[in-house]
Amino acid sequence: MNGVGQMHANNEADWVLRLFIAGKTPKNDHSIAMLEQICEMHLKGRYHIEVIDVVQNPLSCIEENILATPTLIRKLPEPVRRIIGDLTVKEHVLLGLEINI
Amino acid sequence: MTIDGQVEKGLNRRVHKTSTGIRGLDEITNGGLPAGRPTLLCGSAGSGKTLLAIEFIVRGVMDYNENGVFISFEESKEDLYDNVATLGFDLEALEKDKRIHIREIALSAQDDVQLGDYDLEGLFSQIGFVIDSVGAKRIVIDGIETLFSSFSEERIIRSELSRLIRWLKDRDMSAIITSERGEGAYNISRHNIEEYISDCVILLDQRIVEQVVTRRLRVLKYRGSSHGSNEYPFLITNHGISVFPITSMTLEHEASTKHVSTGVDKLDVLFDGKGYYQGSSVLITGSAGTGKSTFAASFAKNICESGNQCIYFSFEESEKQILRNMASVGLELKPYIDQNLLKIHAVRPTLQGLELHLLSMHTLIDEIKPAAVILDPISNLDGIGTLAEIKMMFIRIIDFLKENNISSVFTALTPGRGIEDASEVGLSSIMDTWVLLSNQLRNGQRERSLNIMKARGIKHSHQVQPFEINGDGIVIHQTNRHT
Repeated sequence: MNGVGQMHANNEADWVLRLFIAGKTPKNDHSIAMLEQICEMHLKGRYHIEVIDVVQNPLSCIEENILATPTLIRKLPEPVRRIIGDLTVKEHVLLGLEINI
Repeated sequence: MTIDGQVEKGLNRRVHKTSTGIRGLDEITNGGLPAGRPTLLCGSAGSGKTLLAIEFIVRGVMDYNENGVFISFEESKEDLYDNVATLGFDLEALEKDKRIHIREIALSAQDDVQLGDYDLEGLFSQIGFVIDSVGAKRIVIDGIETLFSSFSEERIIRSELSRLIRWLKDRDMSAIITSERGEGAYNISRHNIEEYISDCVILLDQRIVEQVVTRRLRVLKYRGSSHGSNEYPFLITNHGISVFPITSMTLEHEASTKHVSTGVDKLDVLFDGKGYYQGSSVLITGSAGTGKSTFAASFAKNICESGNQCIYFSFEESEKQILRNMASVGLELKPYIDQNLLKIHAVRPTLQGLELHLLSMHTLIDEIKPAAVILDPISNLDGIGTLAEIKMMFIRIIDFLKENNISSVFTALTPGRGIEDASEVGLSSIMDTWVLLSNQLRNGQRERSLNIMKARGIKHSHQVQPFEINGDGIVIHQTNRHT
C-alpha cells in the first residue's frame, strides 16, 4: 500500500490502523496528529498507522469501500471497526477505537 | 444528440440532448435527456427505475458509442445481471469489453461509528475512478437515498449530494440519479433530491387498475425544453422498455390522395365513387348483428385480393370463427391466410392491459408492415380502461397507422338503438370516416341500412342506404350518390 506516509513500521503490531483522508488540509493534519499522539500515549510500540489519501489512491478506496473521509479502520485487534469523521476530539477517538485507559 | 429546432425555436438557450435509445422516451422528451447534466428518475419500488436506468447505459454503448458507469447502492452485481438478462442485455460481456463498469457500493454503516465532521470524498474518488476506467460519458447512480439511511448527519449528506451533482456536471456526465418516490404531495422524492437536480425530473408509476398492472411515465420537468406532459404508459418487454407513444406527437403525417376500395360493390360509389382514402381511419358502428364485421372482412379481402397484406385484430372471435362466419356470406378468407397476406390475431381484451394491447399491435404491425389493419370490435376494449384512456390509446394507434400510411377499419358495437353512445361519439371524432349500420323491422322483415355519418375530404352520400347480406356478401342494390 502506498500511503501518504508510513509512520510506524512495526511487524509485531497488534494494533493496525488505516486512516483514509482526502487531500492535505489543516483538519486532516490535526486528525493525523491526534491519532499519533493517542497511539504513542496508550499503545506505544505495538501499533502501526497507515495514512491513505483517497484522491491519490482511488483503488484502495474501492478495495475498502470508503465513502466518507476521514475514515479510520481498525484492522486489528479484531473485530474490524470503522470510525467516520475527523479525529479532533481525543475522548471520541479513544471511545471509537475502544482503547481502555 | 438531437436538438428539437421546431418546438424550441423561441428559446434563447438550446438544450443539448443525449438520445436514450429507449423506445418512445426520446420522442416524449423531444430528443432525449439533457446531455452532460443529471436527470432525476423517481418512482416507487418495482416501478422500473433500475431497468430504465440500465437501458440508458446499455443503449448508450450499443447505439451511441458512449460508455457508461452504473453505481448501485441497492442491488448486487449478480442481481443486476439476472434482472436485465430478461431484457436481452448481457452486462457481463459489456463489462468484459470495458464498455461499462458496474460498481456495487454496499453500505454497512450500521457498524460504523460516526464521530466528527466528514465529507464523501471517498465516494467521489470511487466514482471518479470507475468513470475514468471506461471513459464513461453516461452514469447512473441507483438508489442514492440509501445514503440518508447510512449516515446520521443529514446536513452533511445534503451538502455532499449537492456537491456530487455539481461535480458530475463539471465532468460533463449525462447522468440518471434514481430515487424512491416521496410520500407527501409536495415531495417528489423521499429526501427531496429534486432540490439538487433541476434540469430534468421523470416520474415512474405503477398502478393496478381492475387487476391489470399498468406502468406510467411522466416528464415532470425539463428545463429549457418542451416535452410531452401527459402520463405515458410504458412496458418492460424482452427488448427493453417501450414508452408509448412510439410515434411522434405532432400531426405531420402525409395526407394521402390515393383511394382504396371499401371492398363492397357499390359502396365505393357512395364515397364519391372512390372508396376510402388510403391511410385513413374508418369507424363502422352499429348494434349487434348489423354486419359490422362483414364490412370489415370485405375490406380485408379486397386488400388481400390486390396482393397486399392485412392484419385483422379480433377482440371477440377466434380465427376459426371468423373464417367460418365470413365463408357463410361468401367471403373466403382462408386462401389469403395460406398466402400469408391475411393475418388474424385474435386476443381476448381482458387478457392484457391497454398497454400490452398497444404493444402487441405495434409489434405485429411493425413486423408485417401491412397495407391495412382491422380492429374488430374495439367496443370490447371498454372494460379494460377508462373512456379517456381508451380514446388516448386509439389516438396513438391511429397516429401510428397514419404515419405508416396504413388504412384502418375499426368496428364498434352500439348498445341497443342508441346512436349517440358516448364512447362512440368520442371515438368517431378521431376517425376520418364513420359509417353507421342499423337494422329496422319493417313488415315483419329485418331491413338493413347504412348511413355515412362523415367522410373527411370526400364528397359522400348522405342518404340512408338499404343493403342485404347474403351468400355473396354485402349487396347494395341501388345507389344514388347525390342526395
